[in-house]
Parts: sequence; structure tokens; C-alpha cells
Amino acid sequence: MELFELIRKPWPWYIAGPLIGFTVPILLLLGNKSFGISSSLRHICAAVIPANISFFKYDWKKEAWNLFFVAGIALGGFIATYLLTNPDSLLVAESTKASLMQLGITDFSGLMPADLFSVENIFSLKGLIFFVAGGFLVGFGTRYAGGCTSGHAIMGLANLQWPSLVATFFFMAGGFFSTWILLPWLLKLVS
Amino acid sequence: MTTIKNNTTLEANLSDKNEDSFDGTNQQSQKEGFTGNLKYLIVGVFFGIVFVKAEIVSWFRIQEMFRFDSFHMYGVIGSAVIVGLISLQIIKRFNIRTLGGEEVSIPPKQFNKGQIYGGFMFGLGWAITGACPGPLFAQIGSGFLVVIITLLSGIAGTWTYGLLRSRLPH
Repeated sequence: MELFELIRKPWPWYIAGPLIGFTVPILLLLGNKSFGISSSLRHICAAVIPANISFFKYDWKKEAWNLFFVAGIALGGFIATYLLTNPDSLLVAESTKASLMQLGITDFSGLMPADLFSVENIFSLKGLIFFVAGGFLVGFGTRYAGGCTSGHAIMGLANLQWPSLVATFFFMAGGFFSTWILLPWLLKLVS
Repeated sequence: MTTIKNNTTLEANLSDKNEDSFDGTNQQSQKEGFTGNLKYLIVGVFFGIVFVKAEIVSWFRIQEMFRFDSFHMYGVIGSAVIVGLISLQIIKRFNIRTLGGEEVSIPPKQFNKGQIYGGFMFGLGWAITGACPGPLFAQIGSGFLVVIITLLSGIAGTWTYGLLRSRLPH
């Protein structure tokens, strides 16, 4: 079972990246589907709370494949975490670890910092900032930009669409601003 | 030039298409029922496994990327783009058709200012939550149930965008 042991260990970028890249032709050839995930949030709005807003009045059932796809992603996450469990704990780059420790992060054992992403933080300032505000920015921003990392940075760039290059540039700009300016301030606020 | 085929029927289905290009569009004319859609669930399962096993869903990996402390995420996204690009070129060059025999069609991305303002906003949220929409689903599956709150808030964000859309600069 050496292969199984190998699969359980974290996968390097040169395995994961090409596998993600292959999703682009696989979805196209399976059924003419463009790779993109953030639209799933729009379809959920259209299916559940359209509220007579024209942006949500379209045939979401035609796009239902996207909802099957994200349901699969959740299921895949479950399989990878519980059936293909990594035997070792997460390795975080020393310099990132040092910077984050200075900002008050103490737990580096899981995929997500338990200091922030735990259930008891839901009804606290931490929850309001890291779940509610952060999630809102992701949902609002991706739809305003017309796509996310998958739709723009991967599908759009692979199809040589220059608006996707603009979007990817601003994704990164927002991320750098958030990491270097906003996050130190936010983490001080909640500590 | 860069698109395989512009589908004109798409414009009839989407209102104000110029202001909003869908991502993840379905360009197939044949309808698919529940069982037909199950194949996308299976692709999603493999995709979710890659997300977790390569630790792309980790808040720490996103931090490493934005702090230039690791090449991992740059390698993942970069090699994914290259493989996607080569695959699309092969599909175009050899005019490979879909399983249903249709011509492969990808709607072009239209530029609007949303890619600037919205892109920046998403970037802010990306570093805070450590997730883009795909990893949100994988994190929930991985047992980080608090991320359900993040997802619900993301849906609320998308809904609010839909509500305010006509008043926002595009």
C-alpha cells in the first residue's frame, strides 16, 4: 500500500496544478461547461431568494451542473480529509509562521487556524470579521468581478481573455493589501 | 480571436450581458437531467480531493502566498493555467467536439470596471477568509463547519450585488 501512503501525504504543486488545469478541458468535453465556481452562489440566490431582482431572473436549472459540481467539491473535501488523512501535521513556512505568531495566531496544526475558525467564535467580533465580513466580500466581489480564481485566473487566462488578467491583478492587489495592511489591524482588534 | 466560438443564443438568455459575464457557463444545447448532472458531481469530488490534498484550502497557504514565503500556490495556479491553455489550444486546433458531439464554445469575458472594484474586494476577502468560493465548499466538507457561516455570508454578498447592481459603476 505504498501508493496509498503517498496519496495521503500533501500533494506538491506540480501534481495539483496540472490536475486542476485538466478540469478545464474535462468540463468542456463532458458537456460544454466553462470552468467557474463563484456562479454557484448566484444560482443559489436565483433558486432560493430571487426576490424579483432581474439579476436573479434566469433559468438557473440550466446551470444546475454548477451546483452538482460544488456539492462534489464538498464531498471530495470530506473524502480527502477523513479517508485520505495526512499522517503529518501541516507545515507552515517559518517566516509566515513567525509573522502570524506576532499577530497573535498560536495554533498551526490544522488547515485553518483554530484561533479564528472555531465554532465558539461565531457570535464574537472574530466571527463577524473573519466569517461574516470576509465571506460577504468574497461573494460580493466575485460576482461584481464576474468570476473568481477559477473563472478568471484559471479559465479566463487559459483562454487568453485580457479582462481576466485585469481581474486576477486586482484579486492579488486586494489580497496583498488585506494581508499586509488590514490583517495586522484586524487581528489586533480581536485579540 | 481567442474564443472558440461566440454563442449568440447566450445573449437571449442573459439580460444585460455586457455588464455581466457569467463564469461557469453551460453552453450545451442538449438538456441534462439529474443523472446527466451527476458526472459533474464526480468531477467535483476529484477536484475537492485535489483542493484538500494540495492544501489549497488552507488559510495558511494563502497567507504564505501573499507574504511571498512559498512558491506552492503560485506553482498550482501557474501550472493549472498552462495546462488549461495547452488543452484549449489542442481542442481548437483539432476541433475536438464534446461528448454530445457539439462544437466547444466558451463565452468571451467582457471588460467592465467590476473586474477592478469587485476584483479588489474579492482579494480583500480572500486573504481574510483564506478561501475563494471553491475552497469554501471543500473546507465545509473537511469538517470546518463554521465556514458554513462564511458561505452563507458569501451568498448574501452575491445577493446584495444583484440588488445594487444597477447603481454600481461598471
